[in-house]
Amino acid sequence: MAGIIAYGAYVPRLRLQRGCIYQANEWFAPGLKGLAKGERSIANWDEDAVTMAVEAARDCLGPRDRSSIRSLFMASTSFPYADRQNSGIVKEALALDDAVASLDIGSSQKAGTGALAQALHASTAGTGPALIIAAEKRRARPASEDELINGDGAACFLLGAQDGIARLIGTYSTTSDFVDHFRADGREFDYGWESRWVRGEGFERLTGLAIDGALKKHGLQPEDIAHLAIGIPAKGVAASLAGKSGIRAEAVHPDLAEVMGHTGSAHSLVLLAHALESAKPREILMVVGFGQGADVLLFETTEDIARFSRPQGVSGWLARRAKEENYLKYLAFCGHLELELGKRAELEQKPVLTALYRNRKTVLGLIGGRCTRTGTIQFPRSQIGVDRNDPAVGVQEDYPLADRAARILTFTADNLTYTPDPPNYYGMVEFEGGGRMMAEFTDVQADAIHVGAPMRMMFRIKAIDERTSFIKYFWKAVPAARSV
Amino acid sequence: MSDGIRDKVAILGMGCARFGERWNDDAEQLMVEAYLEAIADAGIETSQIDAAWLSVGFDATNIGPSGIPASMALRLPNIAVTKVENYCASGTEAFRGAVYAVAAGAADIALAVGVEKLKDTGYGGLPVRTRGTLFDMVGVVGSAPGNFAQLATAYQAKHGVARQDLKRAMAHVSVKSHTNGAKNPKAHLRRPVDMDTVINAPMIAEPIGLYDCCGVSDGAAVAIVTTPEIARSLGKADIVTVKALQLAVSNGWELQGAGWDGSYLHTTRIAAAKAYKEAGITQPAKQVSLMEVHDCFSITELVTMEDLFISDEGKGWRDVLDGRFDADGANPCQIDGGLKCFGHPIGASGIRMIYENYLQLLGRAGERQRKTPPIFALSHNLGGMPNQNVAAIAIVGMEGA
Repeated sequence: MAGIIAYGAYVPRLRLQRGCIYQANEWFAPGLKGLAKGERSIANWDEDAVTMAVEAARDCLGPRDRSSIRSLFMASTSFPYADRQNSGIVKEALALDDAVASLDIGSSQKAGTGALAQALHASTAGTGPALIIAAEKRRARPASEDELINGDGAACFLLGAQDGIARLIGTYSTTSDFVDHFRADGREFDYGWESRWVRGEGFERLTGLAIDGALKKHGLQPEDIAHLAIGIPAKGVAASLAGKSGIRAEAVHPDLAEVMGHTGSAHSLVLLAHALESAKPREILMVVGFGQGADVLLFETTEDIARFSRPQGVSGWLARRAKEENYLKYLAFCGHLELELGKRAELEQKPVLTALYRNRKTVLGLIGGRCTRTGTIQFPRSQIGVDRNDPAVGVQEDYPLADRAARILTFTADNLTYTPDPPNYYGMVEFEGGGRMMAEFTDVQADAIHVGAPMRMMFRIKAIDERTSFIKYFWKAVPAARSV
Repeated sequence: MSDGIRDKVAILGMGCARFGERWNDDAEQLMVEAYLEAIADAGIETSQIDAAWLSVGFDATNIGPSGIPASMALRLPNIAVTKVENYCASGTEAFRGAVYAVAAGAADIALAVGVEKLKDTGYGGLPVRTRGTLFDMVGVVGSAPGNFAQLATAYQAKHGVARQDLKRAMAHVSVKSHTNGAKNPKAHLRRPVDMDTVINAPMIAEPIGLYDCCGVSDGAAVAIVTTPEIARSLGKADIVTVKALQLAVSNGWELQGAGWDGSYLHTTRIAAAKAYKEAGITQPAKQVSLMEVHDCFSITELVTMEDLFISDEGKGWRDVLDGRFDADGANPCQIDGGLKCFGHPIGASGIRMIYENYLQLLGRAGERQRKTPPIFALSHNLGGMPNQNVAAIAIVGMEGA
């Protein structure tokens, strides 16, 4: 069969206060008041579904060897690229072996659970370990309910043919063209239907049928379910579904709406990752995704979960938090508000695809070089080594730097250079064990930046070419919180 | 083993355009203005020039490619004109080309012309630009102040200097240059400022404020060089010769290697040591009696005092505050206002520094003339950023000094 070997998640640091969204829009949409509680995660300007996927995968994989991974699935409805494999970018950032199958799965809010099911089936087929990541940075119109309901984030699972920490019992899926909302190709925002119909006929009836079908198919009783992870964006729906199916109320996993928001197609997986943090051995988890039908996945935890070394996970990333009360900043980050950027923003960012391809390990993987004669580490690697005592030619080997801890050597907070989030913090960082580079800093808290401060590298958007919309990704340094 | 450039080449004439916001002039007018002064000073005809070097830093927003713009503007007699670019050290690089041509005997008389038309970008500060294909994917496109501000944060950390003490020393650097620039009719910025204004100015890149930054100017400067013998044959009595001319270029050690801490300019130290040796200077702090250094930012000037071995390491900020580099101090620095106030038209700056040193050596610097004429006058022209740069040093003095 198949099972979950490891899990991880990512939640961006900024938490936009829903009260601030409401305050700004109250004049126009007073009806939003009921949703104006708690906070939602928002991606920084330099984060998207791909960068969050990378972070969730790094959380999941930890120091584990990645070379055996044979397939990579990424689910999202907010892929930055419509035609360029998004999981291919993730593959390069994670420095996975070239012999890996990659696939993007989208077009529905159940893309996350669907991708998880497919990845599990792939690992059952004996092709080797599979990585499945769901990530979402959904766009919502200002003053819409979705703007308040949504959250940004990602979850990742490493799957294998063994039982792991949670073995797959089985899956059950249904499909109905139930159009609660849609977004046509090329359109920016969703168009939705009346919420009472969506809730009654869709969330509750169609999902309920799938839950019942799954229990029946796999010979389980509703009371067997210890954790119910339902990523449906409506308050009380999960509890209502549990009640109707006979699943115990205490099995319903908290939806994280108050602290994070609903991360679209990733949310069921975010909840599964969160549930695994506290699951005990021999417990059954049910994961449900909804969108033009429903997917239900059933797992049973193994004894191994008790000994599992927990990643940051949802809780760890939720704890790495910065309260954001500036709604205008959020609008600007999303591109809903066109600010005067100044002429310095006119710098040409046109991609050079040939150069990107031949330097993909350097650029996307943050892989430097290590001299096999002297051990000198450098970034980027070069024909002739930087070592002053032994400038050897052609003897460097790949040396990944992305997961190395770093410290600040020099820094500034630059008010002149264009950045969507001024001032632009950057400086030189030196890696533990050797190697250094000039890096932009992001997710900065001013008091965390000083010479010697601990930093951690993260895969981020470097720039977006205005003419072609090409996204340049690279690595940046972020203050390393004690636990991250 | 080469015995260096010392006394092999003489400066025959120099010229410098008025620096500043020359809204109504193209690069052509600027070059011609500097050239007419230099050719008159040299006392020769255009037809006597054998070869020329043109320096410009930002050709894309300026004159465009090749040496042709200088050849056309000055109507040079179809001689070789080589355009050079070496970041902000381009001016000294052009001078070096001309001096080496004469020293090699390939040219009797050679010309160096540096020009920059920066005030056509539509915004203040230097133009932002690409730095090459790979760099644009992995590098940081910081501003010049942002790049140099890191010297200050690293210097503070290394030497345990409190931020407010360093800010005060940096402010003194700028106040001094404004005082000097006020006496220079060709300077871009001619208004004295006080310490409070400098310290409380808007922050550009922590800890560099507005007044820690040099002027971004239009301008041009010209040097005409020849052998001392030809200079004498052309009737020159007081002959200024080149004592040393050195360039040191980063090879990636600061940026990629291990050991550099970000608080100093590695290349400046290398170029300075070579230049002193070439000039026969053994005690720079005593013998270098005038300096024009690359004060693109106040902090750059401050650490350069240490990198030129004028101040002890970690003590430069105290020497600054003690007035050692003021116009009446032991080692006056930026007596013409420096990049800070004379201005910084990139391609011209290195030649402008030599122009000032030349005038001071000949006692022709007017109101700002150093009371005791200098023996050795040093110019330090730096291109790039602290972790990747080109350091150029030229030392000039009277023949035989």
